[in-house]
Amino acid sequence: MVKDYKHIQTAHCENGVITSLLQHQGLDFMTEPLAFGMGAGLFYIHIPYMKVNGGPMISFRAMPGGIFSKTCKSLNVELDKRKFKDELTAQKYLDEKVAQGIPVGCQVGVYNLSYFPKEYRFHFNAHNLIVYGKEGDTYLISDPVMEEVTTLSTNDLNKVRFAQGVLAPKGHLYYPKSIGKVDKTTIQKAIISGINRNIIYMYRAPGPVIGATGIKGTANKIRTWRDKLGARKAGLYLGQIVRMQEEIGTGGGGFRFLYAAFLEQAADHLQNDKLMPISDQFTKAGDLWRSSAVQMAGIYKGRLTEQKDFDHTADIMTEISAIEYNAFKQLAKLNLK
Amino acid sequence: MKKKDLPQDDSGLKGFTREVCYVKNSDGKYESGLSSGWDVKNEALENAWGDINEQIEEAKQAIAAGEKSPIYYYFIKNLMDFQVLSGYTGFWKFSIKKHMTPKGFAKLSDKKLAKYANAFNVSIEELKTPKL
Repeated sequence: MVKDYKHIQTAHCENGVITSLLQHQGLDFMTEPLAFGMGAGLFYIHIPYMKVNGGPMISFRAMPGGIFSKTCKSLNVELDKRKFKDELTAQKYLDEKVAQGIPVGCQVGVYNLSYFPKEYRFHFNAHNLIVYGKEGDTYLISDPVMEEVTTLSTNDLNKVRFAQGVLAPKGHLYYPKSIGKVDKTTIQKAIISGINRNIIYMYRAPGPVIGATGIKGTANKIRTWRDKLGARKAGLYLGQIVRMQEEIGTGGGGFRFLYAAFLEQAADHLQNDKLMPISDQFTKAGDLWRSSAVQMAGIYKGRLTEQKDFDHTADIMTEISAIEYNAFKQLAKLNLK
Repeated sequence: MKKKDLPQDDSGLKGFTREVCYVKNSDGKYESGLSSGWDVKNEALENAWGDINEQIEEAKQAIAAGEKSPIYYYFIKNLMDFQVLSGYTGFWKFSIKKHMTPKGFAKLSDKKLAKYANAFNVSIEELKTPKL
């Protein structure tokens, strides 16, 4: 069992694993918002022509694993990460590391995750948790989205580590192998590099698919859904957008507040007050994402059924698109180096 | 979002956990707070499950009508897509599609049936005659 392991609950699993593992290695300044911002976690993509669970394929955060590798790279943290062909080798390697007293991050599928509520268990394979000990046949689990630590049997953990489907984890595990020198300047540089990377994702990426302009792209599609899909299917599509925004382990409105919190902490680390008003804009964007979700709920509950209701939803998203675009434009103008 | 606006609605998380959210405290600074759930989100989830349950009912009827095999029913019931089932069984998508017809299903060897039973976490008996 790992000595002095401290469970940290976070809004998003990947941020949580980074924060916990790095704090455990002595990087006490690490917080969830910093992990998220250094890893350039804020994102928007609406992949055209592809469907997930029969609805639109939208993501509010960077590619799974991306936040982790970016944050660790900026902080000179060298990772040991590997995938496995079979369960037994994967289990042995994990047992070995845990016996050495190393907390280990694992990518898992949610469908068979026994301690999750049934309603939340879909075939989503990019969840992350930390194994911090083993007692007999039971693994001690620190899942960042859970309030308390929990456990999984060997069989159950193997099952979720080898879940199948899109982004199949293949036993993927990782932990910080060595950490270089981290001082004030390293932290500042990591923050700036995260911001600059996020400017590329959200502001410089052109077209109606990725970034702030992608949000407007979705808004324009929503205007056509009522006629094209019929009220019921359009409602399911909107429900999917809300679920992608707010489900455990994701969060559209949630991610915007997280980014606002990151900029607030960044202002402190960089001693730069100019970041504060920009942080406020992300708070506003987050609030509007929540309003859009309320409006969408009205539609999928069948209370709002007219074209003007779809247009109103789209109008809110167009406004969000403009706010996030301008916020990143201002970040770009700061020209942080 | 302000701390006092953090929703505390009943949700499927009850008895399992609460969610961390970032909210502004009375000093206008960000801090984390815990939410037991939000109705807007619950309804989206309920709606999605309503749709899934409808698909399961349709699958049951398709089996009763002799149009589909139990593989199709369990596939829907377990919320799978072809990539997932293909991953668990090692069968190609076009084979799985064949096995989803009553004719294709009848031809399956015990070895292949066992692979499906394992993927759906049921016995071979349950696989052959699902309780509908």
